[in-house]
Amino acid sequence: MQRYANPTRFMALSGAALPWLAVATVVLFAVGLYLALVVSPPDYQQGETVRIMFVHVPAAWLALFAYLLMAIASAVGLVFRRPLADVAAKSAAPIGACFTFLALVTGSLWGKPMWGAWWVWDARLTSVLILFLLYLGYMAIWQALEEPQRAARLAAIVAIVGVVNLPIIKFSVDWWNSLHQPASVLRLDGPSIHHTMLVPLLVMAAAYMVLFVTLHLLAMRSEVLRRRVRSTVLVQATG
Amino acid sequence: MKPLRALLARELAIAWRQGGGIGRAVGYYLVVVVLLPLGIGPDQALLAQLAPGALWAVLLLAVLLSADRILQADHEQGALELMLLSPVPLELTILCKALAHWLTTGLPLALAAPLLGFLLNLQPDAFGPLVVSTVIGTPALSLLGALGAALTLGVRRGGLLISVLILPLYVPVLVFGTGATAAAVSGSGAFVPSLLILLALTLAAILLAPVAAAAAVRAHYR
Repeated sequence: MQRYANPTRFMALSGAALPWLAVATVVLFAVGLYLALVVSPPDYQQGETVRIMFVHVPAAWLALFAYLLMAIASAVGLVFRRPLADVAAKSAAPIGACFTFLALVTGSLWGKPMWGAWWVWDARLTSVLILFLLYLGYMAIWQALEEPQRAARLAAIVAIVGVVNLPIIKFSVDWWNSLHQPASVLRLDGPSIHHTMLVPLLVMAAAYMVLFVTLHLLAMRSEVLRRRVRSTVLVQATG
Repeated sequence: MKPLRALLARELAIAWRQGGGIGRAVGYYLVVVVLLPLGIGPDQALLAQLAPGALWAVLLLAVLLSADRILQADHEQGALELMLLSPVPLELTILCKALAHWLTTGLPLALAAPLLGFLLNLQPDAFGPLVVSTVIGTPALSLLGALGAALTLGVRRGGLLISVLILPLYVPVLVFGTGATAAAVSGSGAFVPSLLILLALTLAAILLAPVAAAAAVRAHYR
């Protein structure tokens, strides 16, 4: 991993990988959407509305994954003093916030026909909303400070403090009486969902993951270039 | 122990002499609690239902808005940098400052909550549980406020930024504080468990918030 911490090597590798990742994203989305919207069966209770699951659930998974990635990258940047790790953390935040927002909105659209309410204050929904606020707070602290190194350290602390929310989100449906569906895929007893729905769900999850990686690498490349521009401007101003 | 006691005495003296530290926080609490029934309407039954949650929520805001004075004055005068260099660990210093903040802001607000409950037609059997829950929960609020103060040291107009960063972390305290009060009133048996979880949150904050806050202060001065 140390070898890839060099920004120049990162730019070279990510530049080479991005076209392939973009193609893979499109292919996986095409296959996943076909499986989800055409092949998978309607639910015996929910009918066709169940197909929102294939958009909502992977978005929620990626929202959690992005925060975990942000926290780990922040910790690595804080402990090992790697600017590229700080770049990775900073770039993951807006993408993760968008996935969280998507999960909340699609969940709301699903909740209206199913539960009769656009929003309820149960444990899962509240903790995911808190996750969204944590993302916003993280982005706010990056914006509040001028110097990238200092902003990186403070933002790292914010990200690491907020990671306590992730197990709360995961186990909220077990710990509290929740309207939200309890865990059906990542359980100790194995998935409780039939394979005709599980396979499209996993393909969509893979599509979302590759989309995240593509967007994340793009954002990281932009941030590296932004920092180079800033350094050049500073040198010109003082030199 | 002596340096910590001296620091605590200093913090309490400054808070006392700074004129209006306690008064300002309780005054803010009073004014906002007065606004609520004026906005919601005089329906007594509705106010009685809203009272525990409203009292807790405004308490959170009052603690948070006064949190940046934990570190701001020392940061501006350079005393915080000296505290960084002292043999006393910065974590203990911040813990001490947060304790002083709790004694001069959090605890008075916690004790004022039931008095303001009269304005909101708080149910009689909710008074005692409310006070117990606020007294147990406010140390966590002061400690997280200290963390917020450390993160936003020297940021211009950092008041809103502190709120955006720290209010999400206040949510568990709010949920279990109001839950304890509601459970005591309804007799559902969740009162003591909620109080225990509140106590756990405070203890966790005592352990973890000073560490994070000290890291943030060091990041500012690096």
